[in-house]
Amino acid sequence: MIHRLPPGTRDVLPAEMRELRALSDRLRASFDAAGYGEVWTPSVEYEDTLRRGDERAAGAGAYRLFDEHGRVLVLRSDMTVSIARLVATRYGGVRPPVRLCYFAHSHRAVERGRGHAREFLQGGIELIGPDAPEGDAEVVALVLGALEEAGLRRHRIGVGDGSLVRELLGELEVPHERRSALLEHLSRRDLVALEADAEAIGLSPAARELLVTIPSLRGGPEVLDRAGGPVARAVEGLRELYELLAERAAADRVILDLGLVRELGYYTGAVLEVYDPAVGYALGGGGRYDELLGRFGTPLAACGIALDLQRVHAAQAAEERLG
Amino acid sequence: MSDPGPIGGGLTLAVPRGALFEETLELLDALEIDTTEVRASPRRLLFSGPDLGGGIERIVTMRPSDVPTYVEWGAADLGVTGKDVLLESRDREVYELLDLRYGECRMVVAARAGDDALEESLRRLGLARVATKYPRIATRHFTETGRQADIVEVKGSVELAPLTGLVDAIVDLTATGRTLVENGLEVREEIAASTARLIANPVAHKLKAAAMNEIVARIRGVRG
Repeated sequence: MIHRLPPGTRDVLPAEMRELRALSDRLRASFDAAGYGEVWTPSVEYEDTLRRGDERAAGAGAYRLFDEHGRVLVLRSDMTVSIARLVATRYGGVRPPVRLCYFAHSHRAVERGRGHAREFLQGGIELIGPDAPEGDAEVVALVLGALEEAGLRRHRIGVGDGSLVRELLGELEVPHERRSALLEHLSRRDLVALEADAEAIGLSPAARELLVTIPSLRGGPEVLDRAGGPVARAVEGLRELYELLAERAAADRVILDLGLVRELGYYTGAVLEVYDPAVGYALGGGGRYDELLGRFGTPLAACGIALDLQRVHAAQAAEERLG
Repeated sequence: MSDPGPIGGGLTLAVPRGALFEETLELLDALEIDTTEVRASPRRLLFSGPDLGGGIERIVTMRPSDVPTYVEWGAADLGVTGKDVLLESRDREVYELLDLRYGECRMVVAARAGDDALEESLRRLGLARVATKYPRIATRHFTETGRQADIVEVKGSVELAPLTGLVDAIVDLTATGRTLVENGLEVREEIAASTARLIANPVAHKLKAAAMNEIVARIRGVRG
C-alpha cells in the first residue's frame, strides 16, 4: 500500500544511506582532523532567538509551531544562527578561536513541482574568532580539501564580497531611495532591469557602464585588476584572500566573482558558494558574518560554510558518470 | 591539493519552438551558429556537434515556458524565452543577461467590448472573475491594484471564457490584438511589455564565464 510523503521530503534506503554516510564520515574526519568539533543543536528554537540573528531566518519560508505555553517555535532553516546562539550561550568564558562543525537537517518551505527539498541535510563548519582574510582562507581551504577527501574531483568555490555592490552604489552616488531596487536586480542578476533602471535614475553613461560591468566580473585574479577604482576596498580584501589561498595551493579552484550575493542578511565580508561543473546548482555556501555573534552579546568575528550533502552526493555521482 | 580537472567549455543552448523560434534562429545565423539541422528537423529536439559555432556545442528545442526549468537546473547553460514566461516563473533561479528585443508583445487585461461586466462585478459582487494561462501574473496584477479577483486557470483559447460568461475578463498575451478584436474583446489595461530574453544558469555563468561573455558580446555586436 502506498502512503504519501509531504512534497519535498523523502525516505533514504540502505544503498543511498551507505553512500551518504560514507560521504559525511569522510567530511567529518577532515573537519575533526582540523580541530573542528562536532555539535548538535535543537531542530526547533524560539522564533525570537532566530529573528535576533537574522530577520529572514524566521521569515516567510520558515515553519512555525506553538508550544504548550503559546510561544512560537521555528524549525531552523539554517544552522549558522543556531551556532551563533550556542557560542554566545555555552562558550562565554572561552578564548577564541572556536572551531565547530555540524551535520544536521534544516527545513524550508518549497513550492510544488520545483524539485527543491523541504528537508535538507547540511554539513558545515564555523570558525569563530579569526578575522578576514586569514579566517576566510582557513575555511575555504578546509572545505575544498574535505570535498576532495570525500571523493569530489572538479569542485570549485566562488568567492565574492558581500558588501561590494553596496560600496559600488555608494561610490556611484546612486540616490538612497533607488538602491534597494538595484540591489534586488543585482542579487537576481536581472541585468536587463538593472540597465533599464540605471538609465531611468539618470546615471551618467560611465557610471551605468561600471554598475553593469563590475558585478559581471568573474574568473581568475585578472578580474581584480579590471575592477579597481570604485570598489577598491573590496578588491583589496579579495586580493589578500586570494594570495592566502594560493599559499595553501587552493587558488586553482577559486573563481573570484564580484557579483556574488548571498540571500541571508548577516554576511559582512567574503561570500562563498561551492560548485561542481557536473551539476547546474550550487552545492553549498557561506561567508563571513562578523556582526552576528554580537547580536547575541558576544561580539566575535566568524566565517563558515554549509554544504548540502544530498547535492554533494549527486555531484559525486554525476562526476563518476562523466568519467 | 590535486589538479582540479577540466570544466568543459561548450555551451548548451535552449531554443524556444513557437512564436520566438524563427527570430531566434535568425539571431543564431547572424552569430554564425549552425542552424541547418534545427531548421531541417522540426520533430527532433536535440542537436549536437563538436562545435556549432559561437562556443555552442548543443542546441535543445522546447516550448518557451520550459526554457527556465531546463536552464535553472543546468540541463541547458543558456536559453531564449519571453519576458512573459519569466514573469510567470519569477522565483526560478536564472540570470537574465540580455533583452533580445524581438517577439514584442503585451500582457493585458481584456474584456468584452462595450460591456461593463468587469466593473459591475467589482462594484456589486466585490470581486472579478478572471481567466488566464498566467495565474501568477494575473494574481499579482489584481493584488497590486487593490482589487479582489477569482483567478480561473485555463489551458486553451482563453478568449472563449468571457464570451461564454465563465469570467468577466481575461489576462493574456497579445502581439497585434487581432485575436482579441475578432472575438469581440478589447484591451482594458496593460500589465507589462514583453520581449525575448537571453537567460543563463547561475553556476554555468561562473564556471563557463569566458564562453558566456563571448556570446553576450557577439549578440550586442550584431544587435547594436
